[in-house]
Amino acid sequence: MKGVLVARLDNMTEKKNAAGPQDKQRVTRLVAPGEDLGDLEGHELGHGVIAIDGRIRATKNGRMNVNGNTVSIEPRRTAYVPRPGDLVIGYIEGCTNNIWFVDIGAPFNAILPMSLGPSKADFGGTRSVIDIGEAILCRVQEVEETHSSVVTMKGMGLRKIRSGAVENIDPHLLGRLIGKQGKALRQLKEESECRVIVGDNGRLWIDGDFNGTLEVRNHLRSLTAEAKAVTLGGVV
Amino acid sequence: MGYGDVEMIDANGIRKDGRKAGDVRPISIELGVVPVADGSCRMRWGTNEVIAAIYGPMEAHPRKIQRQDRAVLDVRYNMAPFSTSDRIRPGFNRRSREISKVTAEALESVVMLELYPRSKIRVEIEIICAEAGTRCVGLTAASVALAHAGIPMTDLVVSVASGKINDVVVCDLNKAEDNYGEADLPMGVLPNTGELVFLQMDGDLSPEEFQEAWDYNMNAAMVIHEYCVEALKTGRYPQ
Repeated sequence: MKGVLVARLDNMTEKKNAAGPQDKQRVTRLVAPGEDLGDLEGHELGHGVIAIDGRIRATKNGRMNVNGNTVSIEPRRTAYVPRPGDLVIGYIEGCTNNIWFVDIGAPFNAILPMSLGPSKADFGGTRSVIDIGEAILCRVQEVEETHSSVVTMKGMGLRKIRSGAVENIDPHLLGRLIGKQGKALRQLKEESECRVIVGDNGRLWIDGDFNGTLEVRNHLRSLTAEAKAVTLGGVV
Repeated sequence: MGYGDVEMIDANGIRKDGRKAGDVRPISIELGVVPVADGSCRMRWGTNEVIAAIYGPMEAHPRKIQRQDRAVLDVRYNMAPFSTSDRIRPGFNRRSREISKVTAEALESVVMLELYPRSKIRVEIEIICAEAGTRCVGLTAASVALAHAGIPMTDLVVSVASGKINDVVVCDLNKAEDNYGEADLPMGVLPNTGELVFLQMDGDLSPEEFQEAWDYNMNAAMVIHEYCVEALKTGRYPQ
């Protein structure tokens, strides 16, 4: 080897062999995939981390959070993965005689059977109830292991969206948008005088006058820009 | 002086571009260069310039390519027609097919595909300017772009090539060294574990020369990995 450094676990971990993820206090740090986050012992694995050979390793690029003894990563970007019970805003992408196919922003389109639709329609009359391209507010009823999902429009407040605007935001920023116990969102609604319905898939339905809608849009834009700020650490 | 006899390294071990045997060309990385993509990266490595863009996970089409237990990586390596002095005919050719395949196989070892069954992740690698080692730059840029897109990965893949010129083993060949050199050894490494996920060889190397080239690649991969991590944390490298 002629004394040169060769990549092996023993010499790779030399500078990263801190005991564990900095005790029990809440700490934040930027990490990249594969980064060693410390010893697994005494810690639980949260989102974006895995255990390999008794060490915790990051699987995503983002900010590491240690909350109590749970180590997790708040990713910089993420794709929406549906879960049962999620309130989502979807667009109708296609339909058959008794099923609508709904784009909910996930890797796969969800299906909305006519039995779970907003109103009764004759067999073959799906497009007369909700047409292709229209937006709906619905709830994820079921997600299969293979990520296929079924949505429903049976439930309080679930409807076809006929007015206002639909905006997008990265799903992992929803926490910031809503705030603790919904405080930030409530404030936004009051200031803009708009009805704002937040879907778990990162889509928002904004219903109000022009200025109010613009205010909400600007807020979303600044939230996204803040999160994408070059130095993520600067906006903690 | 005939083919292969071009002097590319002097008696003091200094190469034509001023580098020593173990030196790597200057590298710069920029993230988010394709706003419509889910993740993207522009990597400049010497005169090479590569843009990698990631789309997905999305439904895999046609259905016959779907895997019930995991996602598939659809990698497309393409050289722009203007990327070299000789115009390249647009579209897939034998070389780009081969590089797309080996790149996909290298990335499959780190991307946690089992989290997205029946899906597809599109990896587009576009070579804007080529000057030897584009497959290495493409693979490294694709791995950074995947991390930028938020795709779960167990590690980054860093790829470097070493080779032999005038009977001397050197790291990171440039165009002249690649064209007139005697051998080329591109490798893809997982920097956190030191595992190897990609290895090709063109030409002949003795076992000792192979070991030397291997060591150069491993060392360079560690350094380049630091650059990639820095870029992922701050959006670009160097600042």
